[in-house]
Amino acid sequence: MSISREDIEKVAVLARIRVDEAQISALESDLGNILNLVDELSAADTANIEPLSHPLDAVQRLRTDEVTETNQREAFQAIAPATEDGLYLVPRVIE
Amino acid sequence: MQWDIVIGLEIHVQLATKTKIFSGSSTAFGAEPNTQASAVDLAMPGTLPVPNEQAFRYAVMFGLAVNAEIGRRSVFDRKNYFYPDLPKGYQTTQLDHPIVGPGYVDIDLADGSTKRVRIHHAHLEEDAGKSLHEDFHGMTGIDLNRAGTPLIEVVTEPDMNSAEEAVAFAKKLHGLVSSLGICDGDMSQGSLRFDVNISLKPKGSNELGTRTETKNLNSFRFMEQAIAHEVERQMDILEDGGRIIQETRLYNGERGESRSMRSKEEANDYRYFPCPDLLPVVIDDDFIEGARKLLPELPDERKARFKEQYGLNDYDARLLSDDARMAAFFEETASHGKDAKLAANWVLGEFSARLNAEDKTVVQAPITGAQLGQLVARIADNTVSSSGAKKVFEALWSGSGDNADAVIEAQGLKQVSDTGALEAMVDEVLAGMPDQVAQYQEEGDPKKQKKMLGGFMGPLMKASKGQGNPKLFNEILVRKLGG
Repeated sequence: MSISREDIEKVAVLARIRVDEAQISALESDLGNILNLVDELSAADTANIEPLSHPLDAVQRLRTDEVTETNQREAFQAIAPATEDGLYLVPRVIE
Repeated sequence: MQWDIVIGLEIHVQLATKTKIFSGSSTAFGAEPNTQASAVDLAMPGTLPVPNEQAFRYAVMFGLAVNAEIGRRSVFDRKNYFYPDLPKGYQTTQLDHPIVGPGYVDIDLADGSTKRVRIHHAHLEEDAGKSLHEDFHGMTGIDLNRAGTPLIEVVTEPDMNSAEEAVAFAKKLHGLVSSLGICDGDMSQGSLRFDVNISLKPKGSNELGTRTETKNLNSFRFMEQAIAHEVERQMDILEDGGRIIQETRLYNGERGESRSMRSKEEANDYRYFPCPDLLPVVIDDDFIEGARKLLPELPDERKARFKEQYGLNDYDARLLSDDARMAAFFEETASHGKDAKLAANWVLGEFSARLNAEDKTVVQAPITGAQLGQLVARIADNTVSSSGAKKVFEALWSGSGDNADAVIEAQGLKQVSDTGALEAMVDEVLAGMPDQVAQYQEEGDPKKQKKMLGGFMGPLMKASKGQGNPKLFNEILVRKLGG
């Protein structure tokens, strides 16, 4: 299976990854090869196999509803690019 | 052209757990920004989510209350999108294997009929943080205290056909989750948020039209207005020969207008996939039966009990039973008020009218059920007339008095119910009106006699300075005039 330039550009936008013209040709063949591998897997007969949602055959452990976290705001905000009044500041987003 | 309106709802219900869905951070409301945002909530590298058992318990309780199948094996998926109030770059949610499967809720309509609204499913997911768009030097402020708060998103089938039905369902659901105690029900704080999907189709047609979604309505009033607004907008477009674009819209309740929020081409490309950080959650019979034991009285059961226990009619019983806190307020009023029917009239009448007028919820009311109940008791035992009672209510509400008896005393609103004193007044008044007395006694028609009694009441109320108990006056009059 092949992947089109348009698909690559769209996925790049969705993933917020900047991809320049020169990279697209390389990605076309690399991603195409990955999709070919997936196609090979798709050829396997899975009619009698239960779909797997996780590779581990185990069940999720649950946690009791008790507060265990303490306020670490100062430590977290020490590594943030910009903060003010306890808020993290980010480039303005208005939808 | 005649159109059918088709409405489906998606409701985000914040669960009243102590901690977040995937971390042990507190969910308490009103904390300083980001003081309840842990490494897991901030999506720091190397952290792993661990689901909150109570969130599952609450979701199962909801499922049982809406007659739904419980998902024995539920799976978390990642819904990928970028927004700064979602630090992970994806929302952890449930797509194909939700915790609550198909169920239903029956709603009561104004014409006395009931309607079944099917629930497609309800799934567990995490809330996002909050973006503050006030000016931070041209930047946006992010508070992640809310990030990771557990939600159930309830998705209905498109079974509602008017704003009335949609609002009735929304109110019923609100009453249900607050009665269950799984949500605090505080809509002004966003504890319940409604998204409304609306489409139109030619009357009688089986084919659904293109729908739009109006997001984040957080009051019943806005919801009703937003539906009316969107129906009209779509109708105008369709009748001009235009086409509806599938899109998300935002309704501004203050301005009464809506605008498009997201364009179609970007919409719904969330690239869902199963979350590798979380294993499937398996719910067994013991867990489900444990949750079932925690179910309190639900609105439908409560309504039946109110009719039985207090002798209320269907309409009053429904209005009082839908919301758990309104129901509790009524029961407190009735327990102090001696007369349940009278208590219901006051709670649904004067009390509810004041809440509406001041846009308050029961919890914000300045009076308690006990205070109103004491007033109702004084009306029931004839201490105060109904017009006097309104003055007492006013004083209690405004806080100028704190109990009915004290206000009645202070404002001289006590009705004279001392039979001896009233009899003396009746004797005196009758002595001054010999002609009318003779007329009354000669009248053979009891109906006309009854009418003539009114002629004596005016002078009696005057003699008692308006404080004579009209009911007792009446009884005494009939006895004296008859004998």
